[in-house]
Amino acid sequence: MPDLANRHEQRRRNPWLAIFYWLIIVITFVPIIVMILYSFNNTPTSRITFTWYGFTTYWYRNLTQVDGLTHAFVVSLEVAVISAVVSVLIGTPLSIALGRYRFWAKGIISSMVFADIAAPAVVVGAASLSFFLSIRLDTGLLTILIAHIAFNIAYVVVVVRARLSGMDSSIEDAARDLGANPFTTFTRVTLPLLWPALLAAGLLAFAMSIDDYVITSFVAGSTVTFPLFVYGAAKVGLPPQVLCFGTIIFLVGLLLAFANGALNRRHLASRASTEDSLSTLVTDTNILTPVAASVDATADPSLA
Amino acid sequence: MTTVQTRSASSARNKRPSWLRRHSPPYWLSLIGGGWMLAFFLIPLVSGLIVSLETGNPLQGYNLTWSWSIYKQLFVHSQIPYTTFMLRSLYYGAATTILSIIVAYPMAYYIAFKVKQRWKSPLLFLVLLSFFVSFVIRTDMWSFILSNQGIVITALHKMHLVSKNFHILGTSDAVIGGDVYNNLAFMVLPIYVALERIDGRILEAARDLYSSGRQVFLRVVLPLSRAGIFAGVLLVFITTVGDPVVSSLLGGVGTYTIGQAIQDSYLTNQQFNVAAALSTALMVVLGIIMFIYAKVFGTQNIENLV
Repeated sequence: MPDLANRHEQRRRNPWLAIFYWLIIVITFVPIIVMILYSFNNTPTSRITFTWYGFTTYWYRNLTQVDGLTHAFVVSLEVAVISAVVSVLIGTPLSIALGRYRFWAKGIISSMVFADIAAPAVVVGAASLSFFLSIRLDTGLLTILIAHIAFNIAYVVVVVRARLSGMDSSIEDAARDLGANPFTTFTRVTLPLLWPALLAAGLLAFAMSIDDYVITSFVAGSTVTFPLFVYGAAKVGLPPQVLCFGTIIFLVGLLLAFANGALNRRHLASRASTEDSLSTLVTDTNILTPVAASVDATADPSLA
Repeated sequence: MTTVQTRSASSARNKRPSWLRRHSPPYWLSLIGGGWMLAFFLIPLVSGLIVSLETGNPLQGYNLTWSWSIYKQLFVHSQIPYTTFMLRSLYYGAATTILSIIVAYPMAYYIAFKVKQRWKSPLLFLVLLSFFVSFVIRTDMWSFILSNQGIVITALHKMHLVSKNFHILGTSDAVIGGDVYNNLAFMVLPIYVALERIDGRILEAARDLYSSGRQVFLRVVLPLSRAGIFAGVLLVFITTVGDPVVSSLLGGVGTYTIGQAIQDSYLTNQQFNVAAALSTALMVVLGIIMFIYAKVFGTQNIENLV
């Protein structure tokens, strides 16, 4: 707990930090507020306009009216769900290997995971398209899925591994000492402790997938996902329904984040947690778990 | 998936020599995940370099000729100023990174040191709230707000603060602003995590030894939060330099970036070798910059970050 003693005088002495924080937060809210507001604007045309024509729920009632938008949204949902589930299924064993074993390829795989997160999306997209073309795989839903799973595995590994490293491995050792085989140890001990992390990883993967524009734009072929549709429409003016979908995604995302946060708080409350502030950060805001983990890795050596 | 692998690893136990038995579980566990990333991330990345060494044209197809001349064509004598696009992207990346540190540090500092424990999570959550709006939509909302008929410029005109032909969209400032907006959380979060780790007793000790507030900050807090800044810079710089979306939605002809060039040469012009060469060049440039940065400011291997 940093400077409990000095906190009072400092908080009173300097209001500028608080003012600055709230100013920036308000600025970051502007696009969100505009999006929600203009999804209710009663525009005479089917493009968003600056003039306010009064409140209407017409666009929500006619959500599916725009050609291709609903389909694009459904495609995005499918891709996000499938890639999230698959990347959790194949990313979790990888995380366990990296988190619980020392082996020759560990360094190489870790670097690959890092490179996958750090590499600019435009490079990954271009490279993936070259690759799919060279193996004569037609671009479309399948290639979108393959590419999304490839970047989602990295996020899953980071989230699950962060939780594994916070978990006491002596519990697993104890289970093994008491005669449990690796399979029983995994299903009865590791998995129950790990599943909030798997859920968080899945949600993060879902979010990354449904929001991805750059990589998808390369590997999509003629398939249109929601971000691709929005980007295409943005050039000529968005239909108000795009803002409705945006608002719906926003609200559902908030709901899921709160549910996940509550779930994790309950999970954490059942265990005496010493790393409380960091855990709540990691769990409440699972979007940026990779960030927290990367600081983890850099923190200690630079102190030395 | 996991269970199958675990089981097969254990049932294979009796048939294998002991060294293999001891060492095989991690390989079994990482087989599918590692294989997937190898096949669909690493190999494509490397083969991208090879595509750049092919010659040909979109109609007759491409053949691998190991011709390095494409790099010379693109960056030395080119009709299209790719070098300018590259330098411009690096400038946007650097400006965005520096501005995000300036904006994010006070925010992270505020959350880490100036508020009660129970407010920390909600305040961090507010920083992340933009992430719940689709990336393309939130960027396009800025272009909606800042456009010439938009709310901001109309208001400025009404107040007679700016001239008739003042505009925001299409300028480098708009692109950099959009990049800072999109990346702010990637800077706030790591700095916050680093600040939160600072032991309060060290700050007390500094004060007991008669440091002024400014000295405590410059000589204790700032050096101890270096790891956070380092992680933030890494994330923000790489994302910004390669990004084609912000410069395309908020920028104009004068803000064309290397990310857009890669996208257009691939998707619009079908010049696969050009796109591959540009992305290889981008990777190499970013790699060199990050390597130097890590050597100078960081104190350890980038690969241990995850």
